[in-house]
Amino acid sequence: MSILIDEKTRVMVQGITGRDGSFHALAMRDAGTNVVGGVTPGKGGEDLEGLPVFNSVTECREATGADCSVIFVPARYATAAVREAADAEMPLIVCITEHIPINDTIGNYHYIKEKGLTLIGPNCPGLISPGKCKVGIMPVKIHLPGSIGVISRSGTLAYEVVHNLTKNGMGQSTVVGIGGDPVAGSGFTDILPLFEKDPGTEGIVIIGEIGGEEEEKAAEYIRAHVSKPVAAFISGRTAPPGKRMGHAGAIISGGKGSPESKIKALGAADVPVADSPEQIPALLKERLQGR
Amino acid sequence: MKIHEYQAKELFREYGIETGEEYAVKTPEEAVSAAEKLGYPVVIKAQVLVGGRGKAGGVKVAASREEAEEHAKTILNLSIKNLPVQKVLVARAEKIEQEYYVGFTVDRGKKMVSLMISAAGGVDIEELAVSSPEKILKLAIHPAAGIDDSSLGKILGDIFESEQLRRQAREVIRSLYRLFIEKGCSLVEINPFAKVHGDTLLALDAKINFDDNAVPFHPELERYWNREEFSENEIKAKKAGLHFIGLDGEIGCIVNGAGLAMATMDIIKLYGSSPANFLDVGGSSNPQKVLTALKVILSIPGVKGILFNIFGGITRCDDIARGILMAREQIDITIPIVIRLIGTNDKEGREMLSEAGLSALETLDDAVKEIIAAAQAGDK
Repeated sequence: MSILIDEKTRVMVQGITGRDGSFHALAMRDAGTNVVGGVTPGKGGEDLEGLPVFNSVTECREATGADCSVIFVPARYATAAVREAADAEMPLIVCITEHIPINDTIGNYHYIKEKGLTLIGPNCPGLISPGKCKVGIMPVKIHLPGSIGVISRSGTLAYEVVHNLTKNGMGQSTVVGIGGDPVAGSGFTDILPLFEKDPGTEGIVIIGEIGGEEEEKAAEYIRAHVSKPVAAFISGRTAPPGKRMGHAGAIISGGKGSPESKIKALGAADVPVADSPEQIPALLKERLQGR
Repeated sequence: MKIHEYQAKELFREYGIETGEEYAVKTPEEAVSAAEKLGYPVVIKAQVLVGGRGKAGGVKVAASREEAEEHAKTILNLSIKNLPVQKVLVARAEKIEQEYYVGFTVDRGKKMVSLMISAAGGVDIEELAVSSPEKILKLAIHPAAGIDDSSLGKILGDIFESEQLRRQAREVIRSLYRLFIEKGCSLVEINPFAKVHGDTLLALDAKINFDDNAVPFHPELERYWNREEFSENEIKAKKAGLHFIGLDGEIGCIVNGAGLAMATMDIIKLYGSSPANFLDVGGSSNPQKVLTALKVILSIPGVKGILFNIFGGITRCDDIARGILMAREQIDITIPIVIRLIGTNDKEGREMLSEAGLSALETLDDAVKEIIAAAQAGDK
């Protein structure tokens, strides 16, 4: 089993004729994802290697039955794209685009939430249920179908952890990249309940970093509501305060967002925190065997 | 992007927020003529992009022409937290009757912009938030609805004693929020928001940070950009599309992805050394970027070794290998390099490197241990 996406998910691509959109639409299809088409305004009626192109999300959704849209349009047009998907009542919207202004994302977040839809991202690698469906840009070959759920604020760090899990024979149910912006469409506490409920997920890894208080909230949620074993990694222990470490959201400021606070909170929730991603499989195995 | 007080006040005035008359100047002579225009006493304030200028001697009151000249000279010779003072702001020294605080920032937890207001202004607001959080009132603002009028009225009633002050404060708060949204800010602050002459509120200090993601959509903000916000290396890296932050350790690192770059720094520390920098080469990196990254890191004093950590997704390992080989031809690299390559096209990348006599490792921990050993061996 998996969460959010599986072999039945019908995926459409916003920005399907662009450089990144076209490349990844085909890469997703090659990975076995049920890609049904996409949108580029003004290019309706064309096709991308057999994938139909439409002028609007609504048209695409009506013609193809898409129930998930992945957005590859540049930052300047990304908010309009997110709103268009929301107006078409797309149940799952995945925004890969980075560099979207924070005030736009705040607006998008509430717009989508009030419609009861789900947004993953922005500034994220997307999500993958290995062997079933990939909605995003991650390399497929490092993944292995299995029963570990992964949630990460960082793309490449998720790859690192997944690679280590796979090397140790620990496959993944779903890997969700929630993104590195200060405000994300879905946070740890939105995804954790889905993994807790999913019968196909036996253990969970959360990959956090400095900035904000999402990890502290996750720890609180895990303590109260998660029965499955969880292991964590927090990056940024050597980051100087007040500096934005690449991700817009990765900054220790106003006394908030320090790694110590996150590691302490997770420890209090009985979540082991690895010193290196390499240690994650062993930490999780220990907890899984101890059940 | 950070800007100076005098620049923030320019924007304040554009939005109808009163700051009082003042002049930003570059020399003691200009400071004197500004002071003469204003009348004494005046306050002379260092314009630097860091906090704590008062404690560093960067704010002084002058009661005469001589004092104005002397203070301006002293302050313009200061460096505050390593930033040389290039301009001072000369303003009338108002008799302040009460100091308030007004600010807007992003509340990451609520995922909304939040108004913060306090009757205990004039002090460091982050310290106040820790020592007496109850003195700061907050109002989260729904992005579609804007500031709720009745909630704002209630807060203003708690902070200001007269209708005259409440009316002014309400106008300033609405203007400040409009500025925050229209200009793509991540922080705006008036501290102190001062009561003077019994019934007038003035913005006597101003702080604005712009959201770096919003800046490209606001060409009108370009003129506010201050070169001194970044080091030479940071600017060089930025131009090449790299994200670089200089630190003071001994192992330089070149990594793809911000999270992995931070983790690489952490693991260098874990195994007993220290990172010289944060550097994210980003996705789909071309060989040219790798060359710039190497040049930047080699210019940091004290670097004893360089670690590449590349987990190819969008980034292709053969591109990185090509960049490393190209760099080796163009620049003389005398310190050890260790390369960790994995992911998209890693086999091709590793083959190219081994043909050139360089080896590439597969696991991060091994690569970190190896570069630390090599750097320390070179040290002896």
